[in-house]
Amino acid sequence: MKALASRYLSLKIPVFVLAAGVFAGALTLVAVLAPFIAPYNPTNISSFNLADSEIAPLFLGGDDPRFVLGTDNQGRDLLSAIIYGARISLIIGAGAVLFATLLGMTLGLIAGYFGGWIDAVIMRVADVILSFPTILLALLISGIARALFPAAAEPEWAPIILIGAIGTHDWVQYARTVRASTMVESAKDYVRAVRVIGLPSRQIIFRHIVPNIMASVLVVATVNLATAMLTEATLSFLGVGMPPTYPSLGTLIRIGNEFMFSGIWWIALFPAITLVSLILATNVVGDWLRDRFNPKLRVRL
Amino acid sequence: MLRTLISRTGQTLLVLLAVSAIAFVTFRYVGDPVQLMVREDASFAEKERLREQLGLNQPVYVQYGRFISRVVCGDLGISYRNQRPVRDMLTERLPATLELVFVATVLALGIGIPLGIYSAIRRDGALARLLQLLSLIGMSTPAFVVGILLILVFSVHLKLLPSFGRGETVQVGWWSTGLLTASGWRSIILPAISLALYQLTLIMRLVRSEMIDVLSTDYIRYARARGLPRPYIHFKLALRNALMPAITVTGLQIGSLIAFAIVTETVFQWPGMGLLFIQAVTFVDLSVMAAYLLLVGLIFVIINIVVDILYVMLDPRLRGSAA
Repeated sequence: MKALASRYLSLKIPVFVLAAGVFAGALTLVAVLAPFIAPYNPTNISSFNLADSEIAPLFLGGDDPRFVLGTDNQGRDLLSAIIYGARISLIIGAGAVLFATLLGMTLGLIAGYFGGWIDAVIMRVADVILSFPTILLALLISGIARALFPAAAEPEWAPIILIGAIGTHDWVQYARTVRASTMVESAKDYVRAVRVIGLPSRQIIFRHIVPNIMASVLVVATVNLATAMLTEATLSFLGVGMPPTYPSLGTLIRIGNEFMFSGIWWIALFPAITLVSLILATNVVGDWLRDRFNPKLRVRL
Repeated sequence: MLRTLISRTGQTLLVLLAVSAIAFVTFRYVGDPVQLMVREDASFAEKERLREQLGLNQPVYVQYGRFISRVVCGDLGISYRNQRPVRDMLTERLPATLELVFVATVLALGIGIPLGIYSAIRRDGALARLLQLLSLIGMSTPAFVVGILLILVFSVHLKLLPSFGRGETVQVGWWSTGLLTASGWRSIILPAISLALYQLTLIMRLVRSEMIDVLSTDYIRYARARGLPRPYIHFKLALRNALMPAITVTGLQIGSLIAFAIVTETVFQWPGMGLLFIQAVTFVDLSVMAAYLLLVGLIFVIINIVVDILYVMLDPRLRGSAA
């Protein structure tokens, strides 16, 4: 315990960054353990009853002790729906980040290490994608998916399409960062030295370059997780993301939005608060990591 | 200067052509337009005749060529769902979106730049720190959540402002404007705020960090040492350099504002192009989707060129010799 405390002090983490990190960690843990923690399973139709719909939260005079945060229009326990929704949002956010990292790192390494025409092609494609707003590209991809895949199987393909749609835009940031760092690294003497020894490119890349650029990749990934979850929520809110039967936080807000004028505002508000605090916490941690480990990485866009 | 502009325009046009080609090919092979157009019991021969009439039996590049020449002439096809020319549908809705984006941009710049300057100059002040925190919250709140909260407070609870539509509009030529009526202005307040908030925080943070960078350069320290008046140093010497990146980003952001208007228009049922597009996505109305994307792409190209020109006007180093 003492060692841990002194380690914490030596890192000089500001209190609110630590709080944000703990909050995001706790929420992630709750989301991962959703099947054991959540009172009900909102994706299981037999676990809820239409007769329970639109019950107010307990502290607003709701009379049903089973539903702490009230219920939505289908009688689903809102607390459970939020926990499961956060789970879906986190899975898709993390999936998109992972996909973008792998794609962006691969292309960035190729572009930065080999240079020449392949570098030019990759970077032109990156420019084109960057000039297109995320939301438009994602809408385009999910629009095409909607036309290609059967609507009945939507819960199965929707997360994959969302991950693909968000990652297809976001890899550019990783590719640019990785390309720049790769160019810097491969010009250094130690890389030149192993090249002279005759080590194959594959080994130089994985043994010498990748470990040295991982720090900047991880920083970009943290900052990116927040925007990925934001995009997912936006798409789901627009009705082209997760379907109402498998709601993410964005879908829940979409459902709640339809009931707001009848005075039933909690269906939209509680998922919204969860979403914003999750993204905010991730942003706080990401900002701090960026300033601390790589101030030059300030994302301009 | 002129040469740079021409080559940049050429490049972006090429990009636009590539985007339209990808869009065309995907849309052409997603679903069968003939199947969507004929009666259910149409015979094979009837379908083939229609296919021939529409030119769908020709090679893809011929079809694409005809598509491009039609688009250049302003013919964007017919909406599968509404059976109306897509061009009319877009021109009807273009003013609504552009007015919303215009008001949002004015808000974002008009509030974002002064706040950014303030928090750079009074870097360690309490208000500047509060602004920094608020901006982080602003960046973490999705536009649709902002919209819902605004509706909840100002429309549902306080009943002060309308939550949907444009209010009364006035026809000026083919342009229908909501900016000439009181109800139009009342209607645009909430959507414009919800659209502007993200850009506002972005601009504020950008101006702040650029301004802090500039304020620590040697020429500013020298100017301070000389005892030049503070306002002169801040606004005449520093701001000019700090605003350069802000202008680029704002320019590019106007493009994404048009795209983000899709979200705001959905929340506030604002009858603009974005709402049309999202409806087209849900109903798989491909010709509307393609036309919208082409139009937005064109707007992007125009914005890029305008930003380039502005850049040259603001930065004397780029005049003359550059290009």
